[in-house]
Amino acid sequence: MDWIVKNLWLIPALPMLAAGISALTPQRGRKLSATLAIGSMMVSFLLALCAFAHTLGHQGEEARQVFNFPWFEFAAGSAGVLQLGWVLDPLTAVMLVMVTFVGTLIFIYSVGYMAHDDNFTRFFTFLALFAGAMLGVIIANSLLLLFICWELVGLTSYLLIGFWYHKPSAAAAAKKAFITTRIGDVAFLLGMVWLYSQTGTLLFYDHGAGCMEQSALAKMVVQTTSAGMAVSTAIGLLIFCGAVGKSGQFPLHVWLPDAMEGPTPVSALIHAATMVAAGVFLVARVYPLMGARLEGAPVETTALQVVTWIGAITAVFAACIAVAQNDIKRILAYSTVSQLGYMMMGLGMGGVAVGMFHLITHAFFKALLFMGAGSVIHGCHEEQDIRHMGAIRKYMPVTFLTYAAGMLALCGFPLFFSGFWSKDEILHAAHGWAPSQIPFYLGVIGAFLTAFYMTRQVMLVFFGKNRAAAHDSHSAALSHGHSAAEPHESPAVMTVPLMILAAFAVLLGFVGTPAWPWFQNFLEGEVATVDFARLSESATLMISSSVIVLLSIALGWWLYGRKPRQTAAEPDVLEKARPDLFWLLQNKFLIDEVYEATIIRFNAWFARTCDFLDAWVWGGVVLAVSYLTVGLGWVNNVFDQFVINLGFDGGCSGMSAGGRLASRLQNGQVQNYLRIIGLGFAALVLFLIWGGGK
Amino acid sequence: MSSLSSYLLLSAFLFALGLAGAITRRNAIIVLIGVELMLNAANLNFIAFWRFGDHPEALTGILFAIFSIGVAAAEAAVGLALIIAIYRQYKTTNLDRIDSMKG
Repeated sequence: MDWIVKNLWLIPALPMLAAGISALTPQRGRKLSATLAIGSMMVSFLLALCAFAHTLGHQGEEARQVFNFPWFEFAAGSAGVLQLGWVLDPLTAVMLVMVTFVGTLIFIYSVGYMAHDDNFTRFFTFLALFAGAMLGVIIANSLLLLFICWELVGLTSYLLIGFWYHKPSAAAAAKKAFITTRIGDVAFLLGMVWLYSQTGTLLFYDHGAGCMEQSALAKMVVQTTSAGMAVSTAIGLLIFCGAVGKSGQFPLHVWLPDAMEGPTPVSALIHAATMVAAGVFLVARVYPLMGARLEGAPVETTALQVVTWIGAITAVFAACIAVAQNDIKRILAYSTVSQLGYMMMGLGMGGVAVGMFHLITHAFFKALLFMGAGSVIHGCHEEQDIRHMGAIRKYMPVTFLTYAAGMLALCGFPLFFSGFWSKDEILHAAHGWAPSQIPFYLGVIGAFLTAFYMTRQVMLVFFGKNRAAAHDSHSAALSHGHSAAEPHESPAVMTVPLMILAAFAVLLGFVGTPAWPWFQNFLEGEVATVDFARLSESATLMISSSVIVLLSIALGWWLYGRKPRQTAAEPDVLEKARPDLFWLLQNKFLIDEVYEATIIRFNAWFARTCDFLDAWVWGGVVLAVSYLTVGLGWVNNVFDQFVINLGFDGGCSGMSAGGRLASRLQNGQVQNYLRIIGLGFAALVLFLIWGGGK
Repeated sequence: MSSLSSYLLLSAFLFALGLAGAITRRNAIIVLIGVELMLNAANLNFIAFWRFGDHPEALTGILFAIFSIGVAAAEAAVGLALIIAIYRQYKTTNLDRIDSMKG
């Protein structure tokens, strides 16, 4: 076994160690904690590169190497040993490199972004802890270890969203994120327990004995649950619920846009590039379980169909909402939800490679977009409303150029941007999907909407006329003549990571083109070949999707760029056309309100009922018991005082009275004694006379 | 009435007389005399039971009486000595005032 496989644990352990040390660092130790966090991430990045190089050197089954060890023994025998472990395969290697690389850049960016924050060390502690936990999720070869890290990731997400906890909205958003993802995690935990009861192991790969390997899967496929569903499908769906929560898929997506209350680097790192991708990664990791089927059954298993449909619905649904949002980060948040839907769709229809390719490209360009948005927000003095921006292009050229690269990648601008290639893979897979063509059309609509809302955002933020004047004079007066009322370019510590990410947002697409599908082949453990003929196979699809994207960008320009809005207050172009529909989109299809009216109200009602039961029924019983006890105690006390004590006292005083009486007999008078003797003698005589002695 | 009964009645009368003297009188000497009377009533009983008993020829009764008289003499001597000692201590022979033997 190679050194890197054995020591893969170092990659998550280093950031965790850094987090541990900076947790103990006092608040003024800003440099130390930042250095530790960035340094540990850089070392982890180097180790991840080693791991990546290691997997490059192996093909096929050999590419997957595992290291398992017993964690603890809860029962005798080999079945009672709980094993943990880590796995190094192409999937792990790719994710490791992506997370450590993007993480390092975002850490560096954070130094600039958080420069004025008092709780700088706390921020880096949480960031490093998050990175460690996320890397733990990636290397885990045991569903249990994955779950532990998964929950740690959820915790750090909660801590970071609520980083500015003095803002009530941030505190509420943190709670919302935590509770919403927990709902999915309950199902995940159930699935895990069920899986363990079925296979007796939680290791994914264990030289033929793991739960993702043929023998265990074959056993689970043949059994059916009460609803006629294969056990493997049911477990897969339960685990998918966890992914739905974490990746913000349709019914549980509500937390992700609110999570933008956190600092922008957090939004970039956690809620765009890595953590939300953990759900997609989880599905990719348990893909053998999801895709397990009987011989001769159709390729699309129920589990994968569910994944596809949820993904497709989320992709369009979130893209619709993004069209009507005005907060620069919220648009990106809904875009993230939508893109995660694409990844799920890709996983469900095209397999691990398709979904993962989009995950990786998305991680780069979405981190870029978020960091660009952060740079804009920073430059515009914490302004987040795009209606108050405009013409930022002139003030922040570097941010504009990098942002434009990210925007074009996200839109899927033809040929030169990574998003084009990865999205095209998904649409290609959707086009060939046997069960239904609807997801394909949903995907196309989603692509159209994506290009549209990104164009709208870029037009409003970077082009047109700066509409911040009225607003800024107000805030400038507040900040005591802060002369730089104009937007200004961010420092190099923020723009350099943007440039690096922009380069990747463009270049990364070329490792997964149909002509040279290196990335896909790498994940499947095959050797990539160059074949331009494959390019022509999907040419029609590529051309049509390019046309759609270009049309959409043109439409966006026609609506928002041709006649730029003049003031911040005037209504949106779409709002003028269809105010009712726009209102519905702006209010996110009222999902929050629906939840408020149903689940949360029910929950509140249930809580109140429980409280009532607690106070009156159980509380009453407890009170009754306590009063009974107190009453018994009182009776006991009375008994003690008046019966025991008085009886005793009475006995004592009787004794002493008797003593006094007896002592009076002995008065020293000799004649008295004699009298008594005489009486006694007379009594004895009388007794004898009446025959008592007989 | 047989002669034994009359002796016994006499001795009982003597004993009662002695006891009454010993109990009621305050003077220690009179009390001592009462005690002597009671002793002699007892002696009279010894003699009477012996004289009218089953074996009047054996000298048991008279011997008992003689011993008793001896003991009485000794007792009278000790008693008188005590009375003198008490008198010296308390300057009185009134028994009501001599109560230092109480507990």
